[in-house]
Amino acid sequence: MNLNATLFVQLVVFLILGGFTMKFVWPPVVKALDERAKKIADGLAAAEKAKSDLALADRKAVEELRTAREKAGEIRANADRQASEKVEDARAEAARIIAQAREAAQAEAGLAAQHARDALRDQVALLAVAGAEKILRREIDPKAHADLLANLKQELQ
Amino acid sequence: MATEHAAAAPSPGEYIVHHLTHLNSSGEKQQNIVDWSVINYDTLFYSIGLGLLTVFLLWIAARRATSGVPGRFQGSVEMLVEMVSDQAKGIIHSAESRRFVAPLALTVFIWIFFMNAMDLLPVDLLPMLWQQATHDPHAFMRVVPTADLSATLGMSIGVLLLCVYYNIKIKGVTGWAHELFTAPFGAHPVLWPVNFLMQIIEFLAKTISHGMRLFGNMYAGELVFMLIALMGGAWAVSTSGILLAIGHVLAGTAWAIFHILIILLQAFIFMMLTLVYIGQAHEEH
Repeated sequence: MNLNATLFVQLVVFLILGGFTMKFVWPPVVKALDERAKKIADGLAAAEKAKSDLALADRKAVEELRTAREKAGEIRANADRQASEKVEDARAEAARIIAQAREAAQAEAGLAAQHARDALRDQVALLAVAGAEKILRREIDPKAHADLLANLKQELQ
Repeated sequence: MATEHAAAAPSPGEYIVHHLTHLNSSGEKQQNIVDWSVINYDTLFYSIGLGLLTVFLLWIAARRATSGVPGRFQGSVEMLVEMVSDQAKGIIHSAESRRFVAPLALTVFIWIFFMNAMDLLPVDLLPMLWQQATHDPHAFMRVVPTADLSATLGMSIGVLLLCVYYNIKIKGVTGWAHELFTAPFGAHPVLWPVNFLMQIIEFLAKTISHGMRLFGNMYAGELVFMLIALMGGAWAVSTSGILLAIGHVLAGTAWAIFHILIILLQAFIFMMLTLVYIGQAHEEH
């Protein structure tokens, strides 16, 4: 337990070693540590961003899917509606044509019946006049009784 | 140890005294408590050697330092750097001063740990090798530099000088002088001598306790190892010696394990006090 000149040498060594570490050891190690900390921070930030991007993309995909499904439903509904409209139109058209045909046929039949009736009436009038002429041959003067005959004819019609 | 006993057969007292004598420039045991003409070669050899080992290891780690994935060696050095850096940041608030003080604290921590760890080598191993190499059975050699008061006080005085430097640098000569005379009791002129005396005592007490604490722990540790070695050594001259040999192994193991704690703790305490004292030099009263 003595003191001697070792003390001064030790003091100088102490300061020199500290100086060496300050110059050659501390800065590179601290630099590496700081750089790594920055790298890790950047990596974490990138991971965070990727995660939020993914979530965004997921949401977008779901949204797209939903709109696509809606659109498809709409198109299907439209198509259904159009198809049923066409069927309806066709049915109406068919009914119209049928009705027209029936009307035309009825009109034609009515006309024919009228003609036949008219012809029959003419003949009946002729027969009646002829019969009456035969019965009243002498008394009837076609000229004098022309009015009478015409009236008769008119009535028979 | 056994061979030494057989050859020289010193008494326990002689054995201890021999082991506590430095290999110095006078060639014999230092006579006066303080003698500036003497220098301890063994202390300087081990202390400078371990200091170079310390900075070499740190330098290797620093040269290979990358910001990529660190290896185990780099990782452990980085852990130490982080630890010291955090402590320094908490204690010294000037980033400018930290540029020197934090690396100094790191070096001091590792260096003192290595010097203390010399205690864990068998107490007679290196001295015996030295005696064989010099063909002198009485050659002196102490292997724990921190068990030399000159070494520990040398370092604590280094810290004192840094305190003075930073006091002047931060506060200016007049500012520091003002503080020396007005703190801690007050600025009244009557109190100036008392204040100044208190400040001087404070600096002395800090420096001496700083060095003495490390020295005392290591010196006592070394002494205990020597006593344990003596116990084993007594086997050679005693009939019931086998029990002593077993005691040597048990006690030596227990003390060595406990000493691992002490050497690390003392290195840490020395580093922390270095930071604290220099930090105090930055604070205005």
